[in-house]
Amino acid sequence: MSEILSASISILFHGLAFAMVLYLISVGLSVTMGLMGFVNLAHGVFAMFGGYVVTSLMNDYGVPFPLALAAAVVVVGAASVVCERLLYRRLYGGAELDQVLMTIGLVFMAVASAKYFWGPLAQLFTPPDILSGQIELGSRDFPTYRSFLILCGSVLVTALWLGLDRTRFGAKIRAAVDNLRMAQAVGINTSGLFTLSFALGSGLAALGGGLGAEILPIYPGYPTDYLVDFLIVVSVGGLGSIRGPFFAALLLGISDTAFKYLLPELGSFFIYALTLALLMWRPRGLVGPS
Amino acid sequence: MSKNGMTEKETAAASTIGEAAKEAASRRMALFAQRHRFRPVEALPWIAAVAAFFVFPAYLALGAQILATILYALSLDLVLGYAGIVTLGHAAFFGTGAYAAGLMAAHGMGEPFAGLAVAALAAAVVGLISGSVILRANGLPLLMQTLMVATMLYELANKANSVTGGADGLQGMVVKPVFGHFRFDLYGRVAYLYCLGVLFVGWFIVRRIVHSPFGRSLTGIRENEARMHAIGTPVFRRRLIAYGISAALAGVAGALVAQTTQFVAVDALGFERSGNILIMLLLGGIGRLYGGFIGVPLYMIAQDQFAEIDPVYWYFWIGLLLVLVVIFARGGALGVAARLLQRRGGRP
Repeated sequence: MSEILSASISILFHGLAFAMVLYLISVGLSVTMGLMGFVNLAHGVFAMFGGYVVTSLMNDYGVPFPLALAAAVVVVGAASVVCERLLYRRLYGGAELDQVLMTIGLVFMAVASAKYFWGPLAQLFTPPDILSGQIELGSRDFPTYRSFLILCGSVLVTALWLGLDRTRFGAKIRAAVDNLRMAQAVGINTSGLFTLSFALGSGLAALGGGLGAEILPIYPGYPTDYLVDFLIVVSVGGLGSIRGPFFAALLLGISDTAFKYLLPELGSFFIYALTLALLMWRPRGLVGPS
Repeated sequence: MSKNGMTEKETAAASTIGEAAKEAASRRMALFAQRHRFRPVEALPWIAAVAAFFVFPAYLALGAQILATILYALSLDLVLGYAGIVTLGHAAFFGTGAYAAGLMAAHGMGEPFAGLAVAALAAAVVGLISGSVILRANGLPLLMQTLMVATMLYELANKANSVTGGADGLQGMVVKPVFGHFRFDLYGRVAYLYCLGVLFVGWFIVRRIVHSPFGRSLTGIRENEARMHAIGTPVFRRRLIAYGISAALAGVAGALVAQTTQFVAVDALGFERSGNILIMLLLGGIGRLYGGFIGVPLYMIAQDQFAEIDPVYWYFWIGLLLVLVVIFARGGALGVAARLLQRRGGRP
């Protein structure tokens, strides 16, 4: 009995840490897809470059971890504004297929550039001393870094939700997701809103990529290999929703960990089958309008 | 006075209107017939394909792959370009066909045409079953579900190592001679002609479909689904049938590749297989029937030439090209050509 309990605690723990990373990376994608109606398959690129910035700064220049994370958010956020202004903007309201193809093009370019600059191998990621090792909680030992991930994720999620609920910016985003034309009609600068929320989403992805480098290793195949996971979180969670993807990330993170632990042979197969079933049941996601 | 209370004059006028309407209808029919009459320019790809057989004897193995991939692109064009179903999982059908033909050949049933038939059937079954589940959706949910179906099949094939050989590939395929006579040779001569023949049949079928009333209704659904619903088109059933036919053709394409290379690995079901064909079709032009005939050879020949030197750069340039085509050259090569012709007053 205690073995089952212990196993489920560790599944929950690791699943939760994975879910936090997934959520941080994917929440921006949900906003892009819900707000701009843009099918952005290149979102993982921002997370990957965030991870590269963090690992390079830490490994090659000895920059402290928090500073490296901040740099990743700023650099990737700024780069995403350039992308949005130059490329994404042209395809707003355009055909889905064009969006899909353009972003696949961006993924190819990013993968090739990552291979060129950083080589094909995964980046070494060593958390700072204070966050490595084990920490005792209750009567058990937990990896410190993953505990930190859960804590960090919870704080960010709370901040994000409060921000969306309580600030003017959040209200504008909610308005534009609900009814874009009406939002424009009442004088909301939706063009600026798009750019800002795109940058915010990409910055969060970079943060997630950097924080999660221990769980999702940073290597050139990152944007394609994890794309399915990000898309699952967003489409199951509900487009344009901030809360939905959180529950979807919890579901995916915990069930993925559980399946890998209990049924390593067919684990991912069940995840995809579950996603398909969920999407058939609620095509607009768990939180979106049915 | 006639019985409807119309004067003679009015009746005459009405009948003239009726005549005019009839005439307009027959003109439309003539235009419709004209639109799908064979134009000389449509013989070009076939002349080029036959000429290539004699001009590039050293590249026939690659040529056979190109021809099979054109059939794959053609099957994608049917659902994507005509029925407007955006899919990221077409490799599900390509891979199913490849494995069906591969498994048959590996178990002593290597007759090539039987392999094609079973591959078409297997892929059509997968297409119809998955389609009946997912085709009610549209947009991103549909995109996701096509991706999920392909990823599930990929995982299955990957895990069923004892049957499929997983990433190492299926071992021991023996494909029998075509018509019991023409053995697949080292230079790919038989493979090339075999693929060419099958592609021709596939092209003929797709061409008939897209110019038929059924095909026109697919285009109608693509353009305005709600309106097609309103005029009584069984939208879901039409989309499902198109999806099934396309799946069968993709399966045949997969079987061709499996038979001519005598090899199937799990990447036949992979995301790259779904993505690359989209790119090739985009480069040629989507929804124009001949997009694949231009995009596939361009892509595969360039890949053959450049990717050997450096596959990393190759993907960078393909990505850049993709972004540029989407933003500046809508409609791919054929779209640009059509616009140029139109500007010069020619027929598109």
